[in-house]
Amino acid sequence: MNEVARAFINVLFKMPKGLYVTFKHIFKKPMTLDYPHEKRTMPPRYRGRHYLERYDDSTERCVCCGLCAAACPADAIYMEPTETEKGERQAKVYEINLIRCIFCGFCEEACPEEAIFLGHEYEFSSDDRDSFIYVKEQLLVPQTRTDNPFKRIFRRTRRAHLTAGSGK
Amino acid sequence: MATESKTITINMGPQHPATHGVLRVVLELEGETVVKARPVVGYLHTGIERTMESKLYHKALPCTDRMDYLAPMSNNLGYCLAVEKLMGIEVPEKVKWARVCLAELTRINSHLVWLGTHALDLGAMSMLLYTFRERELVLDIYEACGGQRMMSSYIRIGGLAHELPDDFDTRVRELITTVRERMLDYEDLLTNNQIFINRTKDVAVISAEDAINFSLTGPMLRGCGINYDVRKAQPYSGYENFDFEVALGKKGDAYDRYLLRLKEMRESLKICQQAIDGMPEGPFRAHVPGVVLPPKEDVLTKMESLIFHFKIITDGFKTPFGAVYQAIESPKGEIGFYISSDGSNKPHRVRVRPPAFINLACLPKLVEGSLLSDVICAIGTIDIVLGEVDR
Ligand code: SF4
Ligand code: SF4
Repeated sequence: MNEVARAFINVLFKMPKGLYVTFKHIFKKPMTLDYPHEKRTMPPRYRGRHYLERYDDSTERCVCCGLCAAACPADAIYMEPTETEKGERQAKVYEINLIRCIFCGFCEEACPEEAIFLGHEYEFSSDDRDSFIYVKEQLLVPQTRTDNPFKRIFRRTRRAHLTAGSGK
Repeated sequence: MATESKTITINMGPQHPATHGVLRVVLELEGETVVKARPVVGYLHTGIERTMESKLYHKALPCTDRMDYLAPMSNNLGYCLAVEKLMGIEVPEKVKWARVCLAELTRINSHLVWLGTHALDLGAMSMLLYTFRERELVLDIYEACGGQRMMSSYIRIGGLAHELPDDFDTRVRELITTVRERMLDYEDLLTNNQIFINRTKDVAVISAEDAINFSLTGPMLRGCGINYDVRKAQPYSGYENFDFEVALGKKGDAYDRYLLRLKEMRESLKICQQAIDGMPEGPFRAHVPGVVLPPKEDVLTKMESLIFHFKIITDGFKTPFGAVYQAIESPKGEIGFYISSDGSNKPHRVRVRPPAFINLACLPKLVEGSLLSDVICAIGTIDIVLGEVDR
């Protein structure tokens, strides 16, 4: 009997409270984003598609040391070295298989030249599997860039690098 | 002619929306009553333990994120603590506190998803929308810390991946107030909701004795009133400094476990508050040359650090011969990492004690003799994540 009485109380008095919660939300602003038209701003540390950075004089930072490939838990990076006319080591082939990649960011943490890092771009889906093997030309940031979208790497690590005067 | 009792066998899953992934339950039914239930697992087997054995210790870390993807930080923490135990690394005080805070946020995250999906299974759709809204706050913190919402890999061997973000404590404080307030709404919606009560009270009951015999842990065990919480029983990562209560149930039914998980969330918020208030200053990584990666600033400026950096990344570190077991209280129960080392730079064997898998084993006990519709409730109340069950 007690159970039944409690059930009555619940249905008559307590459940309307729950309904009120739902009702209240009719007047609230929706939390959702109208995605393709409206986009989230990614937090500074977001790990998206990779980029290969250049120095200010547009030479490539990457020296093909292979540390990123060694750090990669998914074995997604492949590279072959070459030398420029000036005798500097450089990557001849540098490929990242973005299907294998798990976007862990270990390559970025490993790179001693701060050459590779994960940008904020996440919209690179395709229906062609081959197109996910990103080659060096796709990964390198374009030569002439006035805006620098890669602020976060400056903020996170390169500041120390520059103040120590070893910025080449 | 005498009526003949006939049973029929049906498959629930692996594509059933209420089995939380790809669980298949073979049910033998007599009318609407379950005579026999047999969970069939393995549809999501990814060989994570084996994969971890083929990787250097620090490279095996992202695998742990992918086991229980609703509680990535708990898994990271368990694995890192196990390796730290093996190597005898003592992490700085700040790291401990930050880890506790993150692990508790993970508990909130996991319980929120559980609450939403469990209520959804039982027909309360709006719950899911509300809990996922609050979960977004936790995921935002993860994203600000580690760079990704679910596979954060933020807790590393010997410390954290990066310094905590600048606005970490304001964000956590905000989360605490918001979630605390919104939890009142959840209570309004479910606690006294007669439909929810009818579907959960005295459903999926397990006795304390059975719970122990099935070696259940987490809310499944505490729901029967047994006070066992790894955070209290074998404190790790500085949990002994925190003041919190272990939530306990009485009857061991689904409704009890619902109340218990809500209470646990409140306790988690309390722990987060304490962690934020008392967070000491200090480095975010232990200084153990040759084992823990040196800070990036040093790598770029100091030769010695650069050499260690190269060495750790290419070769990992040598571990002492032996085996360790480290258990932590994940949102689902006791998650343990057993690492046996043969002295090389890769684990010889990693074995995970998966709470969800072991808790799932009691499903037949929970549902046999009850109605078909209670199976849904039972699966929900165990709180399984198939990524972890199958590994
Ligand atoms: S990206 Fe960095 S780590 Fe990778 S090869 Fe180039 S310099 Fe080495
Ligand atoms: S993000 Fe991780 S998986 Fe992807 S290429 Fe870098 S190290 Fe490899």
